[in-house]
Amino acid sequence: MTHAYTPGLKVVEKTIIRKRRILPLKGEVLVEKGQSVKAEDVVAKTDLPGNVYPVNVANIMGILPDDLDRFMLIKQGEKAKKGEPIAMSKGFLGLFKSVCKSPADGTIENISKITGQVLIRGAPMPVSVDAYIDGTVVEVFEQEGVAVETQGAFVQGIFGIGGEACGSIRMVCDSPQDVMDRSSVPDDCEGQILVGGSLVTSDAIKRVIELGALGIVVGGLADQDLRDFLGYDIGVAITGSEQLGATLVITEGFGKINMADSTFGIFKSNEGRRASINGATQIRAGVLRPEVVIPRDLGDFKQAEAGDLESVGLEVGSEVRVIREPYFGRLGKVVALPPELRKLETESKVRVLEVELDDGSKAILPRANVEMIEH
Amino acid sequence: MSKIVPEEVRSILATDCGSTTTKAILIQRRNGEYRLIVRGEAPTTVEAPFEDVTMGVLNAIAEVEELAGRKLLDGNRIISPQRDEQVGVDIYISTSSAGGGLQMMVAGVVKSMTVESAERAALGAGAIVMDAIASNDGRRPHEKIERIRQLRPDMILLSGGIDGGTISHVVEIAELIAAADPKPRLGMSFKLPVIYAGNKDARGEIKKRLEVETDLSIVDNIRPVLERENLIPARNKIHDLFMEHVMAQAPGYKKLMGWTDAPIMPTPGAVGKIIETIAKLENIQVVGVDIGGATTDVFSVFSGVFNRTVSANLGMSYSVSNVLAEAGIENVMRWVPFDLEERDLRNRIKNKMIRPTTIPQTLQELIIEQAIAREALRLAFEHHKSLAVGLKGVQQERTISDAFSQSRTGASLVDMMGLDMLVGSGGILSHAPRRHQAALMSIDAFQPEGITRLAVDSIFMMPQLGVLSTLHEKAATEVFNKDCLIHLGTCIAPTGTGKPGAPCMQVSADLPNGEHREVSLSVGEMYLLKAAVGESARLKISPHKGFDVGAGPGKSLTVSVDGGVVGLILDARGRPIALPENKSERVRKLQEWQKALSVYPEYSF
Repeated sequence: MTHAYTPGLKVVEKTIIRKRRILPLKGEVLVEKGQSVKAEDVVAKTDLPGNVYPVNVANIMGILPDDLDRFMLIKQGEKAKKGEPIAMSKGFLGLFKSVCKSPADGTIENISKITGQVLIRGAPMPVSVDAYIDGTVVEVFEQEGVAVETQGAFVQGIFGIGGEACGSIRMVCDSPQDVMDRSSVPDDCEGQILVGGSLVTSDAIKRVIELGALGIVVGGLADQDLRDFLGYDIGVAITGSEQLGATLVITEGFGKINMADSTFGIFKSNEGRRASINGATQIRAGVLRPEVVIPRDLGDFKQAEAGDLESVGLEVGSEVRVIREPYFGRLGKVVALPPELRKLETESKVRVLEVELDDGSKAILPRANVEMIEH
Repeated sequence: MSKIVPEEVRSILATDCGSTTTKAILIQRRNGEYRLIVRGEAPTTVEAPFEDVTMGVLNAIAEVEELAGRKLLDGNRIISPQRDEQVGVDIYISTSSAGGGLQMMVAGVVKSMTVESAERAALGAGAIVMDAIASNDGRRPHEKIERIRQLRPDMILLSGGIDGGTISHVVEIAELIAAADPKPRLGMSFKLPVIYAGNKDARGEIKKRLEVETDLSIVDNIRPVLERENLIPARNKIHDLFMEHVMAQAPGYKKLMGWTDAPIMPTPGAVGKIIETIAKLENIQVVGVDIGGATTDVFSVFSGVFNRTVSANLGMSYSVSNVLAEAGIENVMRWVPFDLEERDLRNRIKNKMIRPTTIPQTLQELIIEQAIAREALRLAFEHHKSLAVGLKGVQQERTISDAFSQSRTGASLVDMMGLDMLVGSGGILSHAPRRHQAALMSIDAFQPEGITRLAVDSIFMMPQLGVLSTLHEKAATEVFNKDCLIHLGTCIAPTGTGKPGAPCMQVSADLPNGEHREVSLSVGEMYLLKAAVGESARLKISPHKGFDVGAGPGKSLTVSVDGGVVGLILDARGRPIALPENKSERVRKLQEWQKALSVYPEYSF
């Protein structure tokens, strides 16, 4: 075998991006195939069944569950208002009445003669799904949702925090080596997605949120700062539901790592354009990486055939990023792919490759420790 | 599935579809004995773009074909039965943990009684228990409903009440489940399978409440009386439903189910099965551990009682960062014999989490990973000890002698002094560059007491052997003993504590090469004696006053112990192992132990 396949992250200037926008339960699709949509447009909606409020009426009123029917004022299937009596006992000679009131607006769903429990179902909760990206509806999944498609640039990050947002791209660092600190955050960044260089400091993140910017894209972040900022340690890499006020996407990894030139270049050439960002990351089963989508009219751009796009795997000449110590974060080119196993300093015997690093020096690395940079 | 006559089985093909890799093994009968012939693997193909698990299975089998020089496939079909020595196999079986394995929720009445029994039944069947809901778990009813709605498990096991006992409590839980109207994780339009294994008198009411909303099955009560657990019917039902619902929803499994000669088992359930089988056949007490990227499973058999726990968020890649969060940085760093800044360590660990397939290139990185593994194993074992307990709430008959040693009900069944064998598996243990590293990691994390055999699963084929044991016990145990396990040796560790440097034990050893050795060890020392795989040595172990190696404090013990690729490890660090508080002293001690056991090549950082 002369080449190996190490999947990398997608960083492409021109491509076709398609996103499925699906409801959690079946519902109604509000748009048609072929329709143009903006990121914030609602494309489908549904009602989730309301919350359930259990009340043990028999216990509250001190009666036997079996006698419940005699005391219920509102029957199964009927509506009850919050605070409205749902059951009442007559008491002794009409005195000492005991009353049980509904804890919420809703419908009596079940009255149990075994447990004495009454279930009140609250009003349905509406949920909707928006388009997330500016584009065109290309497919409608009846009652479930749609697929929205657009042309433009697509950048996958390695790790993110926070959910979907849409705003315009703004560069806040001059080069991929620069650190994004508090002073790099412009005062008028509200509603924007800010792009930094090699590192974002925790002060800068705080400032971004204060000023109302929607997102940060940067090469690296120190884990310590992430923890200080979140207030807890991220144990398992499943993110996206954090409510921080801004979405964060890191493109290279933890620590200070220069953003890859090509990635930085894509953002620079698209400064001012509207983009959609999502920090949701899930590394286990069904890998989900954070992303930035920058829609742009590419005219009659045609996606290359699937075969052309398939990664051919690592070859001599492939551009790679080292993803483990001791050369972590360095970029280089593959110069040799020796087929035999080599012994590492750890005494493990593994398949290796030889890389010429960005400063011209050469290094032997396990193949598992590099990532291809896909263009 | 055709009827299998064990004596006629000449060859067996077994696969395990993991979440990333599908592994295939070929077993053949040669000279009346079953042995592993070759092993092949290929990426699992459950997810897009392939979405058909059988593709990965066929690829893995194709590799076996190539390596064994034997024709096993006819197009996309496994040739069975075996036609001759070069074509086909007699049995094909498989296990699976692809697509996140089996995820369950359990519910019941009393948290420390029926709910704990339900949890043990689910774990024993190979499930991850996402939550355990109990009438008395402190959550308010609407909070329980909210939780059930959020979870989307593959199935729910509901228990509660002894037969003839209270009905209303378990029905109340059923009402909450019905109100939550839970949806299964896979397949939007299917009803969620619910197994009821509680008070038999409540069956009618449970049916009324759950039959419409869920796909309800009813089995015998898992706690028919307080004094007895009856987990097998529930466990078997879980396996059936796993096949019918979870597997049938996963892409390609329907096809795969048609190929196998025995039902597909969840991988951890199968591992438990082989460990249970071995413990029973050899009449030994066993602890097994499988440390993966995301989860760590611990299995134990003590006094014939099998237990399994899974620590869902303790692992070496996806969950590595959680090990740090749970154990605390000081606990990880206490095993590292050099300085490292917390900021640096944190970034390294997070980078491993987001790029889980990378491997340590430098010795320093390897030592750090193995330090984290010790803590992951320790925490998973703590978790196991808390769940592998006797039944709670049971009246105990006491004699006058018990009055002096009263034990609580629900005491842990794990008895480290009684433990005969500790088996480790999972990348960090099975693929450690030196087996000595696996041995020391296991000892540091589990702290075995007295005399304990140590082993690692060479290529992780315990799952396949577990399913095989249900069809062909002889083949499964022969391969387990001869090809699956790598015997590391025996650990001899007295319990007790003492001042560093004070005498701990004297060992008089007749080694397999005929040599006689006398070794004196002080508290805090380790020593390695040579004895290879298949060899045994005769030892007279005389612990010093206050130390116990199994015969009682200060009492000598003469035993024959098994060697292994590492040898006989004399561990005089006492139990529990006390690491020096002083940092430079701790580093010196760690290096001394590593040197005594030849754990790492020479280094200087």
